[in-house]
Amino acid sequence: MKHNIYLYILIMAGVTYLIRMLPLTLIRKEIKNKTIRSFLYYVPYVTLSVMTFPAILTATGSVISAAIGFAVAIVFAYRRGSLIQVACMACIAVFIAELFL
Amino acid sequence: MKKRGYWFTTGLKDGMPIALGYFAVSFSLGIAAKKAGITAFQAGLMSFTNLTSAGQFAGVSIIASSASYLEMALSQLIINLRYCLMSCALSQKIDQNAPFFHRFLVAFGVTDEIFGVSVRQDILVPYYSYGIMSVAIPGWTLGTVLGVISGQLLPLRAVNAMSVALYGMFLAVVIPPARDNKVLAGLVPLSMAASLLFTILPVVKQISSGTRIIILTVAISLIAAILFPVNEEEKGGESTYEA
Repeated sequence: MKHNIYLYILIMAGVTYLIRMLPLTLIRKEIKNKTIRSFLYYVPYVTLSVMTFPAILTATGSVISAAIGFAVAIVFAYRRGSLIQVACMACIAVFIAELFL
Repeated sequence: MKKRGYWFTTGLKDGMPIALGYFAVSFSLGIAAKKAGITAFQAGLMSFTNLTSAGQFAGVSIIASSASYLEMALSQLIINLRYCLMSCALSQKIDQNAPFFHRFLVAFGVTDEIFGVSVRQDILVPYYSYGIMSVAIPGWTLGTVLGVISGQLLPLRAVNAMSVALYGMFLAVVIPPARDNKVLAGLVPLSMAASLLFTILPVVKQISSGTRIIILTVAISLIAAILFPVNEEEKGGESTYEA
């Protein structure tokens, strides 16, 4: 059976949008429950950490350049660099590291 | 109360590194799409309407293997379910005074990266999201299209370097608050360690990255919420470090 690529794209877009839209529109009130509030407070930090590591190590051409980028990003983030500053320094570090690899 | 224009411009500014990172990632997505026989227009349409890296990479391979529509729907549901958690968190942040229809528009831009910067706001003004989206979405879409047209446009070295931009941003979001909050200081490395274990240990390493993110996020955040309930006054860190 031949599938229609536009139908594939429509299904992808529809499912993905519903996942994003339903919680934002259904949860209209402020949640009072302390455990749920704490849970939602921790979610972004945990999820961003889980997504960053170890995925960052395979993002570039080699684990070594990626690890250097990771280390440089941690240093600049720790010194409270802005988003763009930390992102750019990590990119530059990887670029320079790969010149020597 | 600051003006819409202020929030939109702030969003544009915070959206620039996201757009840069997206460009690199979507460029490689475009290359993958081309291999799957997807045209530049179709790939661009997919990126414009989906705006999700892991989901689209999976989608492209499903299209390539000509799998069923149901399989496509399920894969997107599982891989992108983490957006559900993010939207729950944002529902508590979004400006309660903003007209309701904004929630439908803000929802479209819930991605890992946009969420990462949005959640730093005490109150999420929809125009801030629109500012980010108006650079991030073109960056994502354009990168995909160019990736399909030619994988030779950028040297591999540049693509490699740009691929860490997104992770650098994530670190810039999680690390400063971890300096000010002891629980977060433990939680961030613990989450990374758990994530590493899940990618190398037998059996659990079979779990797809989308599912791994959901399982670990729910488990670790829930345990943290029970052991260390947040007192609203002493949250520290959150959104306070950038004036």
